[in-house]
Amino acid sequence: MSRVREYAPAALVLVLGLVLWEAVVVAFSIEFYLLPAPHVIVASLQETYPVLVEAGLYTFTEAILGYALGCGGGILAAMVASQSPAFAGLVLPYAVASASVPIIALAPLAIVWFGVEQGSKIAIVVLMTFFPTFVSTLRGLLSVAPQSLELMRSYAASEQQIFWKLRLPSSLPMTFTALRACATLAMIGAVVSEFFGGPVKSLGVYIKSTASLFQTRQAWSAILVACALGLLFYFAVALVERLVMPWHFERREG
Amino acid sequence: MPTPIIEFAGVGKTFESRAGATEALKGISLAVDAGEFVSIIGPSGCGKSSLLRIVGDLVEPSAGTVRVNGKSARQARLDRDYGIVFQTPVLYEWRTVLENVQLPLELAGRPRAERRERPPALLRLVGLEEFAGHYPWQLSGGMQQRVSIARALALNPSILLMDEPFGALDEMSRERLNQELLQVCAETAATALFVTHSIAEAVFLSTRIVVLSPRPGHIDRIVTVDLPHPRSDKTRALPRFFELVTEVRQSLREDPGRADGRAHHPGGTL
Repeated sequence: MSRVREYAPAALVLVLGLVLWEAVVVAFSIEFYLLPAPHVIVASLQETYPVLVEAGLYTFTEAILGYALGCGGGILAAMVASQSPAFAGLVLPYAVASASVPIIALAPLAIVWFGVEQGSKIAIVVLMTFFPTFVSTLRGLLSVAPQSLELMRSYAASEQQIFWKLRLPSSLPMTFTALRACATLAMIGAVVSEFFGGPVKSLGVYIKSTASLFQTRQAWSAILVACALGLLFYFAVALVERLVMPWHFERREG
Repeated sequence: MPTPIIEFAGVGKTFESRAGATEALKGISLAVDAGEFVSIIGPSGCGKSSLLRIVGDLVEPSAGTVRVNGKSARQARLDRDYGIVFQTPVLYEWRTVLENVQLPLELAGRPRAERRERPPALLRLVGLEEFAGHYPWQLSGGMQQRVSIARALALNPSILLMDEPFGALDEMSRERLNQELLQVCAETAATALFVTHSIAEAVFLSTRIVVLSPRPGHIDRIVTVDLPHPRSDKTRALPRFFELVTEVRQSLREDPGRADGRAHHPGGTL
């Protein structure tokens, strides 16, 4: 019941937004190729459904594989780097600086390196998700409360015990903040890299080619599918976060 | 003569910083026997906590030596001879109350049966058995500190080191926890070294009270507390209790060097 009350306002905003969109298109008689009304997009979605599902799965696979490799690699690299704070201090500034590098600009080169199929897209997603996960996890592993460390010391805990029983669990909230952000990044990375070239049965290429032919209804329905997959991905990660850190959420809600 | 459990010989501590050296402790010599409850009291910044941390091998003394159970402090730490209770509970938020108490047993690699059976018994000892499955944030400050006491007792240590464990609590909780602590110490036969700001707390708990002077802290006076055992609320009403409180307060005030008035107020609330 409380859940319903919590999400009701957001749902209402969505419905109002769609109604407003529909009204604006009708009231100002906007040409359909400039901005199709929601009902037109839905109708188009029904027609092109099979194509979009295939393209969606193709792109989603890139996003998920790239995400798994990038985030997994980021977490592992952070775990290794945290073993030597001196080394961590050396690489951290570069990892942080990489956040301001437009990695997507490498997409055309990635095609040269890894081919026009899924490999190049996965590579871009790996690069986009690796650094944020690495930085957050490393910071989480290194910023442990001094008193918590002192407790470990007072029990003559080994470095391994300190890592598994203190550093790792206390870094989880920071890691998951990055994992949630990267879920969104992964989908963006996959779709945008496809703009630079790829098979027709991918969301990015589909959006680009339909838009350039002024088939904006089809383009919009593909964008809708991309949004839905992005949201699905994000909420799946958020769900895992809840399962892994029950203490964190009960507190926020308590 | 039995060997003292804790023996300080000429212990001093100087902290080096960019602003220069600060001498926190100077010439501390003291022997604590088995089963004693010794409180360390003194003005803020007199090095009380440092003294405790030297015993626990969390900081190194700059001068002198400490022997714990006839060993170096470092060896005693590696042998897990003591349980420590900090000013704050220092519970791990991702562990339930029960799992927090389990931590020392895991770290020491104790057998599975002991890891399963001992924590509930310890929680019963501090009256928190119903809260075993709760997370720390679901407990009040006083309850959290009781969990940290249960955790400190997990390995059945011969020594309990406590650094103002009840400093953040209200007077009512503090008095109740004082009572519980004495019962726990009696049941476990642990020797306790207890740092506090509160004169009344020191008198109620201790067999001896070590009064430290302002920085650099040295032993000003040792007050032997000859109140009868077991102690209870009635103890707090005994004339002798008030005499001892007055005695400790005067030794804290007498020191001509002290300029720090802050130390008085927590102890002064009798």
